[in-house]
Amino acid sequence: MSPGQRRWVFLAGLAGLAAFYLWGLSGLPGFGNYPGPYGYIINRIAVAQTNATGVVSAVNFEYRGFDTVGEEFILFIAVAGMAVVLRHLRSERARDPDKPGEDWSIPAATDAVRLTALLFTGPVIVLGWWLASHAQTTPSGGFQGGVVLATSLMLVYLAGEFLLFRRISPADVIDAVEAAGAAGFAAVGLTAVALGLPYLKNFLGLGAVPGAVSSSGTIALISFFVGLEVAAAFTLIVGELVEQTLLVQQGDQ
Amino acid sequence: MTDPHLLAVVTPYTIPVPLMDVLQVTVLVLVAAGATAVVLVRDLPRQVIVLSGYGLLLAVLFLVFQAPDVTLSELTIGAVALPMLLLLALAKIRRREK
Repeated sequence: MSPGQRRWVFLAGLAGLAAFYLWGLSGLPGFGNYPGPYGYIINRIAVAQTNATGVVSAVNFEYRGFDTVGEEFILFIAVAGMAVVLRHLRSERARDPDKPGEDWSIPAATDAVRLTALLFTGPVIVLGWWLASHAQTTPSGGFQGGVVLATSLMLVYLAGEFLLFRRISPADVIDAVEAAGAAGFAAVGLTAVALGLPYLKNFLGLGAVPGAVSSSGTIALISFFVGLEVAAAFTLIVGELVEQTLLVQQGDQ
Repeated sequence: MTDPHLLAVVTPYTIPVPLMDVLQVTVLVLVAAGATAVVLVRDLPRQVIVLSGYGLLLAVLFLVFQAPDVTLSELTIGAVALPMLLLLALAKIRRREK
């Protein structure tokens, strides 16, 4: 087939796609149209039912808690897969991070970067902890809090403290924390089953005041476990990649 | 059953719908422009930095679509974690190429 013929085949296909695409667009509901009613209903009943004013968390960890367990284990398995793919191979050896050598391709952090990273580390830890422990009161949750907590460790690395980064995030301990977080979520659900309730049924006291940190029963507890899981998962991902930059293939140099 | 739209919760802080629509369309256009910018930058480390800014735009998008919790995730993942992972990968590849 000559280039000219190919172009005609392509243009015919493009015209067909454009026609179907426009036809599909013409049938879409208007911008911002929400046919409801589930969102409105949840907004009306969620606070009264769960004592959680963070309604998104109530949806994530209560109304569709079973879906969230699945998502939790997707992340868990993804990190496990990454650890397997990036494992140390027999032909690789670690370089000494103290002696970068001439081929060290990551320039040392400038004072400005180091200072900024150090200044933000403490506040970021507090913010992450606050987010992970206030899922039931404000828009936040274990996932957000966990990611922010992991970011604080990345800041330690950005501050040029590679050895400190490795010391405060030893892979064995982080592995255990991740497993505890994932298992904790599943265990909350199983505890409900052991009590004769449906899986993930909120079996703890909801507290007297809606929006109090102590309210909402298992929503806050699950959010805490998710925070552990996510913080550990992201720390492992970054740790693996940082290790990789220090590995050299034998024969490369 | 009542019209579901009558069930919408209105507070003194609720932004009027027409104003919200303008805000949302504006940010959508910005996001489209940002995504194009990410693709057009060809220098890889620079592209990662532009991608980080694009993550920030996406965070604003989620905020004006009333998903502040997703904004928090996108802020840390899109603007910090993903660029950092990509830069680490680039550092690894560069050394192999030398």
